[in-house]
Amino acid sequence: MIEVENLTKRYGPTLAVSGVSFQVQKGEVLGFLGPNGAGKTTTMRIITGFLSASSGRVRVAGFDVAEAPLEAKKRVGYLPENPPVYTDMTVNEYLAFVGRIKGVARTELKKRIAEVSEKCAVADVQNRQIGKLSKGYRQRVGLAQAMIHNPEVLILDEPTAGLDPKQIIETRELIKGLAGQHTVILSTHILPEVSKTCQRVVVINKGTVVAMGAPDELTARLQGYGTVLVTAEGPAPEITSKLQTVPGVTLVEQRESSGPRITLEVHTEKNHDVRAELARAVVQSGWGLFELKTSGMSLEDIFLKLTTRDLGEEAAAQKELPAGGGEAKAEN
Amino acid sequence: MRNILAVAGKELRSYFHSPIAYLVMAVYSVLCGFFFYSFTATYVVQTFRMQAMGGMGMPSMTINDYVIRPLFEGVLAIVLLLLIPLITMRLYAEEKRSGTIELLLTSPITDLQIILGKFLGALLLYGTMIVITFGYLGVLFIYGNPFAKPLIAQAVGLFLFGGALLALGMWISTFTKNQIIAAVVSFAVFLLFYVLNWVTAYSSGAVSRVLAYLSLTTHFDAFSKGVVDLKDLVYYLSVIVLGIFLTARSVEALKGRV
Repeated sequence: MIEVENLTKRYGPTLAVSGVSFQVQKGEVLGFLGPNGAGKTTTMRIITGFLSASSGRVRVAGFDVAEAPLEAKKRVGYLPENPPVYTDMTVNEYLAFVGRIKGVARTELKKRIAEVSEKCAVADVQNRQIGKLSKGYRQRVGLAQAMIHNPEVLILDEPTAGLDPKQIIETRELIKGLAGQHTVILSTHILPEVSKTCQRVVVINKGTVVAMGAPDELTARLQGYGTVLVTAEGPAPEITSKLQTVPGVTLVEQRESSGPRITLEVHTEKNHDVRAELARAVVQSGWGLFELKTSGMSLEDIFLKLTTRDLGEEAAAQKELPAGGGEAKAEN
Repeated sequence: MRNILAVAGKELRSYFHSPIAYLVMAVYSVLCGFFFYSFTATYVVQTFRMQAMGGMGMPSMTINDYVIRPLFEGVLAIVLLLLIPLITMRLYAEEKRSGTIELLLTSPITDLQIILGKFLGALLLYGTMIVITFGYLGVLFIYGNPFAKPLIAQAVGLFLFGGALLALGMWISTFTKNQIIAAVVSFAVFLLFYVLNWVTAYSSGAVSRVLAYLSLTTHFDAFSKGVVDLKDLVYYLSVIVLGIFLTARSVEALKGRV
């Protein structure tokens, strides 16, 4: 449904997006993950036709956004980071205006406004001026606006920003409900949002794609080992050495200790569940077992790993740079 | 066309939702009313004097020459210097500030439709404003008998003159998020165009002739006398087209295509 090929965007000398490629299948919800300033918004703006790419191409439902912008735009609903609302209009006036410029037929306009107002829970403020609404309502008016022409594709830039926890949950449910009939790209830097709403994730950092896949798949790929956290009461060195003898365990590290109670991080071989043996080892030695849990790598860990690894590489590159510059000078 | 009207309607609604439309029309009515009163009163006093002297050897004074024409020329100055920047300052600057430009540019309508819609909306407000002038002039028809035909040329001239400034002001508005900057720059540019024909007073070379030709005021002369001259018509229409073209280029540049 959406094909992004080798997308690059330069702002003068700075490279905002560099060689980004990905595809989104029909009916899929894709999460666009990255720290602030990674190029998420720029990529989304190019897909929606608000910005033009420096190179590369984007196709929406088979239409190239640069060559057939109107056809592509007809099929896209877009919620920018700041909801693009006219504060001097009422919700109904605003939705009617957006409906008109998005090409909703005059006869259907009223029905569509009622439908999206209902879906986005803004029906109760339909005659209020948007400027007087709370941030949460404005955000949802923005969402209603994006859906008014029933587009095949929805591009949502941080759709839950500014909402309260209850509204966040409702909005996530709403987005999840869109899957199947609509193709959705949503950007966020809030990680649980991705694992809760998206079937696939694209992690972007410094303008390039650093990872792509289903949330579970990403976790599995990056996790070289399993980790089990064991909390027990007893002498720390003895417990540590005892657990090290359990088959499948590669490394035991002490995480923290409070009084006689210690927490150990047990690294195991991949796909090797050692929890039963660990429990047995602790209990049979007469120590008290308080807690035993696997600690899979969370999306947060992956995210940090992916984005900070890049930073590390860059720092290394920068260290090399002065040397290179010195050489250049020497040549001169 | 439907899209153009939708945008124009939105612009008009914004003008009337905010104080701008009322402010512009109130300022215009007051200033225009004062001009009108002054010219009429002067005219009345002078005609009495002329009659007292028997009007010997003097050309006859017509209302058209002594009230209507100065009124249009005076109106030009107010419209030009003050009010058009107030009308055009928000056209793009406000969309950029509030982020609604993203909505417009990602909607399935062309840039030209948006520009024409905005221009039309501003032109309609301007049109409403100058209709007030004709309310004042109507008084002259009740108490006097001016020629009606020159009024048509004057109305056409005023409309085109305003249209040209609106197009340029709209273009200037695309450069900033700040309405005040848009208004001040428009004001400065309009003022410059207004006084450009002064160069003919101290210079007569080709350059000064070109500058005088470019001046907005030069081309209003014929209209204010009640004459529709093709070259003036062409001039104002070209400025309007140029303004719209430049706006389109500037909007294109916003998308980073240049």
